[in-house]
Amino acid sequence: MTYSPYFNPELETMTRQQIEALQLERLQKTVRHCLKNEFYQKKFKEMGITPDDIKTLADVRKLPFTTKADLRETYPFGMSCVPLRDCVRLHSSSGTTGNPTVILHTQKDLDEWANQVARNLWMVGLRPDDVFQNSSGYGMFTGGLGFQYGAERLGMLTVPAAAGNSLRQIKFIRDFGTTAIHAVPSYVTRLYEVMQEQGVDPRRDTKLKVLAIGAEPHSEEQRQRIQDMMGVKAYNSFGMSEMCGPGVGFECPEQNGLHFWEDYYIVEIVDPETLEPMPDGEIGELVLTTLCRQAMPLLRYRTRDLTRVLGRSCPCGRNHIRLDRMRGRSDDMMVLRGVNIFPIQIEKILMQFPQLGNNYLITLTTDDNNDNMTVEVELAEGTDDYKALQELEKEIRRRLKDEILLTPIVRLVSRGTLPVSEGKAVRVVDKRKVYQ
Amino acid sequence: MSRDEMSALQGKRLHKIVEYVYHNVPFYRHKLQSMDITPDDIQTIDDIVKLPFTTKKDLRDNYPFGLQAAPQSEIIRIHASSGTTGNPTIVGYTRKDIGVWTECMARCLTAYGVGRNDIFSVSYGYGLFTGGLGAHNGVEMIGAAVVPASTGNTEKHARLIRDLGITGIACTPSYALYLAETMEKMGITKDQIHLRVGAFGAEPWTENMRAEIQKRLGLKGYNLYGLSEIMGPSVSYECQEQHGSHINEDHFYPEVINPVTLEPLPKGQTGELVFTTLTKEGMPVLRYRTRDLCSLMDGQCGCGRTSVRMSRIEGRSDDMLIIRGINVFPSQVESVVLSMKEFAPRYMLIVDRVNNLDTLQVQVELRQEYFTSTFDTPAAIDELEKRLAARLKSVLSIGAKVQLKAPGTIERSQGKSAHVIDKRKI
Amino acid sequence: MTINQLSIFIENRSGTLVKVLDILKQSGIQIIASTIADTAEYGIYRLICSEPSRAYQELKDAGVAVALSDVFALELDNEPGKAADAVRIISDADISITYMYTFLWGGKGILIFRTDQTEKAHDVILQHHLSFIDENDLAGGGEN
Repeated sequence: MTYSPYFNPELETMTRQQIEALQLERLQKTVRHCLKNEFYQKKFKEMGITPDDIKTLADVRKLPFTTKADLRETYPFGMSCVPLRDCVRLHSSSGTTGNPTVILHTQKDLDEWANQVARNLWMVGLRPDDVFQNSSGYGMFTGGLGFQYGAERLGMLTVPAAAGNSLRQIKFIRDFGTTAIHAVPSYVTRLYEVMQEQGVDPRRDTKLKVLAIGAEPHSEEQRQRIQDMMGVKAYNSFGMSEMCGPGVGFECPEQNGLHFWEDYYIVEIVDPETLEPMPDGEIGELVLTTLCRQAMPLLRYRTRDLTRVLGRSCPCGRNHIRLDRMRGRSDDMMVLRGVNIFPIQIEKILMQFPQLGNNYLITLTTDDNNDNMTVEVELAEGTDDYKALQELEKEIRRRLKDEILLTPIVRLVSRGTLPVSEGKAVRVVDKRKVYQ
Repeated sequence: MSRDEMSALQGKRLHKIVEYVYHNVPFYRHKLQSMDITPDDIQTIDDIVKLPFTTKKDLRDNYPFGLQAAPQSEIIRIHASSGTTGNPTIVGYTRKDIGVWTECMARCLTAYGVGRNDIFSVSYGYGLFTGGLGAHNGVEMIGAAVVPASTGNTEKHARLIRDLGITGIACTPSYALYLAETMEKMGITKDQIHLRVGAFGAEPWTENMRAEIQKRLGLKGYNLYGLSEIMGPSVSYECQEQHGSHINEDHFYPEVINPVTLEPLPKGQTGELVFTTLTKEGMPVLRYRTRDLCSLMDGQCGCGRTSVRMSRIEGRSDDMLIIRGINVFPSQVESVVLSMKEFAPRYMLIVDRVNNLDTLQVQVELRQEYFTSTFDTPAAIDELEKRLAARLKSVLSIGAKVQLKAPGTIERSQGKSAHVIDKRKI
Repeated sequence: MTINQLSIFIENRSGTLVKVLDILKQSGIQIIASTIADTAEYGIYRLICSEPSRAYQELKDAGVAVALSDVFALELDNEPGKAADAVRIISDADISITYMYTFLWGGKGILIFRTDQTEKAHDVILQHHLSFIDENDLAGGGEN
């Protein structure tokens, strides 16, 4: 059977002119739709603008920004633009510190989300005969359900393997003839390591042909290493739960940056300080406006991710904007094994233990291809009860896992051991090379 | 639907499914041929007694895709449950199967009184386990807002239940109790939450547990039954009457048999539950022996449904354990222990319920000759325990706490149950 | 420079320690020094005793998880600060100590330590003229 190289030829191969015309039409609609909630009504009133002020695509700059703090303050349903009974799904960010963010979806939102993911997977050569193993966390984390629905939409045999349990993953890859895997990059390297221990050669013993990697920053070298290890191409995937989840941007076989789907989003790169637009090629903060969302449209959402525009055409035939891989963050968020973590979440947990002092240090390292977090914390006072220390360490680990969904290495150290810096304490040391 | 209409529909579908597996599954073709049965011998639902049984062992022997009837390109999803040894049981679903499953799940939720205005949290594990995605699809179908909470991070979950005004929840009954306890610890009171419906399943539970959950969470708790070999959750469900669970018998035909003689038992008598899938495309099964012990109930229910009902699960006809909703066989643990040379071929599973959460401890015996001068530190022993725990997790899909015992301290077992101490009261 | 030490895996259950000690008693083995590294679930009982090889065999025959290993044994004057001086030398040479304990024996302090860097430790002890004891010294009975 021969297939088109495009999942949706019409939308994927539009000219710039067509893209921009469609964007303007959808932006005007989105702006009107946004005014169904009080949050945007108030913002528009404060700024003295009305939907009629949006006459050209450049007028997007007249619109207010939306931040994660806005989502928190309107928690849980203040950003919704449809009645709750029209919503069929809710995702929420991790962590119990402060209000979580809540993202609502209508049935149509879910359909469009699945279409975006299916479009991406089709773009890198996957077809209904392929076997897709999704080794990403399920539940509230969007990487699981997002790829599940997208891969099923494409018509692939989809294995919801979820994260972890490497021995079983490898068994499935071999037994089911898995041809494509989605996982966070650090987990792919972990899988390879376990394959080696088991004497499994991915080139010889598997039918793999495509890897989709995303949800945590990684360098070009890391990608090359993954490709060399597994013997297949690894494509960078970008998504965030505020937009829907995975599907927002994806590399094509050219691997020359991520295509962001401009029929779904308006992409801007701004200076994180002045909020002025950055010229093409220069690094700034990624700002996204949704164009098709029903339940929760967002205007000019500040992602805090730093990147730059690489181009607006591509040999693959798609003229959707190409962005560089993520180059950093404009806040102190860490991304470890696909999970977003703020230092304050860890601090909050540590401070709940009276046995601990105030000084702590978070160190991120890559050991044998695994990304690890070590939390060192000073004890408030000495003790000779080894058992009690073991129990304490275990309890800290358990509570941190509840909060950040990962189990860090916890090291109890005696008072005065950790470096005390003047002024703002250094709490995080990132020894990984994720941003190059 | 009247009983006669139902029987006629079941008979028609049974003939079709037998014909389908006869032509598409070599395993069934050989079995039927060896019993001298052709699809034409099966015309009414009563002819089902002529058909061969299918067991978990058959699924294992045909791992991974041997019992699959549809071509691979038609399969869009795979789920897996634990097998009795290393190989899990694999079930492939076509798009139509997912549709039927979703509809059956929607029927369950409708019987519980869940509608599109509800906010419904699915707190079964997502992934290969059918609980999460199965319940999830049904909730989306009826148009309620689904919160894919999955398992873990109970404090956050409790907060969402309060803040979002979540009205329904699907989870294991023991998790519901754990949730209630967590809320009480956090100071979240019953009048701050709006839960009204609970869909509880994936593990056996009692009327006492139901009463306690209802009291502490202020909701009405309904039974939800299913198994991945047949479909997943939604095989049967309780209605408002809560007098037995209605079986979606237009898709899953139930029988109860004597587990020793394999003779069918009359309604009302307790025996092993057996299901035949009447409409499944991906992996249909004929007379699958669930090993669950229960009885069937006839007669129209107070709710108006005429479908046959099943009693609570009263036990198992094998040594399978259900721990946190996951099926665990002692033989799985054995296969792992035997694969590591550091351990003697002796082990013990200790299952308990602590703060309403099931715990599994696996005791293993260190072989004397592996305790050497390079092995005499807590660090080395911890490493070995962790290695065993990782392998167990990989095979069992749930975490087990490993306890290393000195040589010769675990009693040599006689008989199969000697490997298990179940301290829970269920 | 090194002496024999027995390590025994002990479960945290009443009676397990007594069982081990009874075996030693019945075999007429004398304990010179011993220590337990305890964790939440089990302990590693380490001991220096008379006739370690025979003790090892007796325990092994009784089915106990026991290991015989070589540990370094330094001999120190019984005065404050001597242990610190000795350990600093080891530490300055970048030798990491897995575990350590001390006991008094024949008026001297004996410092037992275990390291994976045995050759390096051997050289450092000789270079710095640290005094040490051997298995034969222990056999003397400690009356010197």
